[in-house]
Amino acid sequence: MNFTDMLTIIINGTIIFSTPLILAALGGVVNERAGIVNIGLEGLMIIGAFAAAVVAIWTGETLGMPGWLAPWLGILAAMLAGMLFSLPHAVASIDLKADQVVSGVALNIFAGGVALFVVKKLFEGAGQTTTVQNVFHKVNIPFLNDIPIIGPGFLQIYPTSYLAFLLVGIAYWVMYKTPFGLRLRAVGEHPRAADTVGVNVRKMRYMAVIISGGLAGLGGGTLSIAMSQSFQHSTVSGHGFMALAAMIFGKWHPVGAMGAALFFGLATALAASGQVLGLTQYVPSEFLNALPYLLTILALAGVVGRAQAPAASGKPYEKGSR
Amino acid sequence: MISSMQTSRWNAILVPVLAVILGLLVGAVLMLLMGYDPIAGYSSVFQGIFGNSYFIGETLRAVTPLIFAGLAVAFAFRTGLFNIGVEGQFIVGQLAAAWVGASWDLPPGLHAAVAVLVAMVAAGVYAGIAGWLKARLGVHEVITTIMLNYVALFGSNYVIRTMLKGATERSKDILPSASLQSEWLTNLFEGARINWGLLLALIFVLISYWLLMKTTTGYELRAVGFNPHASEYAGMNVPKNIFLAMLVSGMFAGIGGATDVLGVNGNMAISAGFTGIGFDGIAVALIGNNNPFGVIFGALLFGGLSFGADNMQRVEGIPTESIQIVISMVIYFVAASSLIKWLLGKFRRRQGV
Repeated sequence: MNFTDMLTIIINGTIIFSTPLILAALGGVVNERAGIVNIGLEGLMIIGAFAAAVVAIWTGETLGMPGWLAPWLGILAAMLAGMLFSLPHAVASIDLKADQVVSGVALNIFAGGVALFVVKKLFEGAGQTTTVQNVFHKVNIPFLNDIPIIGPGFLQIYPTSYLAFLLVGIAYWVMYKTPFGLRLRAVGEHPRAADTVGVNVRKMRYMAVIISGGLAGLGGGTLSIAMSQSFQHSTVSGHGFMALAAMIFGKWHPVGAMGAALFFGLATALAASGQVLGLTQYVPSEFLNALPYLLTILALAGVVGRAQAPAASGKPYEKGSR
Repeated sequence: MISSMQTSRWNAILVPVLAVILGLLVGAVLMLLMGYDPIAGYSSVFQGIFGNSYFIGETLRAVTPLIFAGLAVAFAFRTGLFNIGVEGQFIVGQLAAAWVGASWDLPPGLHAAVAVLVAMVAAGVYAGIAGWLKARLGVHEVITTIMLNYVALFGSNYVIRTMLKGATERSKDILPSASLQSEWLTNLFEGARINWGLLLALIFVLISYWLLMKTTTGYELRAVGFNPHASEYAGMNVPKNIFLAMLVSGMFAGIGGATDVLGVNGNMAISAGFTGIGFDGIAVALIGNNNPFGVIFGALLFGGLSFGADNMQRVEGIPTESIQIVISMVIYFVAASSLIKWLLGKFRRRQGV
């Protein structure tokens, strides 16, 4: 295998593996910048992965809708399911002044339970869905795809990856260039000051949690219908926690979180294609698998340094309190 | 008129109990909606826990590692740290115990004690990495502990595969001298794998309580967790305390891993995924309100319900996940305890007490 091929495989793998993390980490950023900690990203991804797989199977195979439409409906369902399941966390964190970490942990367990319970009910006791027939395929752009490395490496990716990059841009623009974004960040940094100048803290935080749920749900959806093509208990397995790490690694910034997610994606791509690239001849596969995580620790210790969470993150806001 | 002090004491007990009841109610509604009989479901769970002495023994076997994991998470929480890495520290404890148990040669009893001790130190040091990174470089412990989980998983697989490999995809069996199994307990519970680990767990609950609440070190650890700036102003060494807190937290997890290898399986499997016990420890600690004695309650509830759920699926065909949902609701209601306290307050006012 020549160098160009290797580079192409690694670049393509990096983008594919990082897509679900980018989306969920983006959700985490929106959430925490508004002052709500969300350990529940994992659960929201689970429910997204579940909804996407089930709806894609139902619309495409049971209702016989066109094959190109079913995965899009699946991904839409993933987003809506993520938004819906983020609601209990929003109520607990915002109105009931609950400990947000505890509520997030509850959400993780709850989402995993609901998703597998319903799957067992729908698929006659089996712990997983059937294989999704109508899934996303990698995009083929005429002419551009023929450019070496750039075509098959960067451009020949799932539509959901394009969506993820687009959403990073939108999130950056909304959070830093619009009044809405300023209010969102103000609510997470100094809710009392925001309240004083007339920002509705409660409403902003609700919106942040729900948007975050939608993004994490989307991320989960890409796992089940673009990558593993089914849903089972191990489909998400830790991606939500990795997204959480990407959010902190990226210093609570949309572009930073994307960068961190791409970094995880790169390390995962190296591990996953170790066999193809011939790396396993030199390095035990366990080391390759542990590489993404080791590199992250080293990067955090050496380069990135002290992380500063939004000031009001995790603290319930009580009107009139000092 | 009940004084507010007494009210808050009562609430500390009433809130978790009501949370459990509400959780079970939500689970019952869900079972009804899905076309199952909740009464039959819950009685089969009850049967699966208390039905015979074998089930009781196996429930206690399942509860044992959860107590350790819960202690580890709770200890870190009380010192202001979120240790998601209990899973990885548990694995390190398993590996160290399997290694010492299989390859050292020591007299019976002492061998087991040394294996537990080595597991404790190894897991403590492993957690200490995250503590050191947080204390010295300010790296968020949530990320490092998550990453260290994966490193522990893959690293232990590598060590077993290359250095400790037994006949199958497992490590070599430990020598009988290192075993924590108890013939007496196993016979008492008709063959259940309940072992001395349970006794160790209860001892370490006491140690954890003593360390946190009765020693100067514990006071400093809690103070640093509560307000690092004030603690520093008061002359406490904040970085040292952060490191120490993670070290101790990891030690609890490590002993849990050791009891699992030395008391139940006798070896450690090469595994593609996590045991889940470390993550369950988060739930256990939260149900137990991060109190060492509360952890026993949390572990009994969590371990009991999860173990009993298998019987429910076997007998009634209701998916075990319904119990997972019940547990999540219990945690949710514990988190949203202001809701329960508000309801209690309303109830008390109506009663005129």
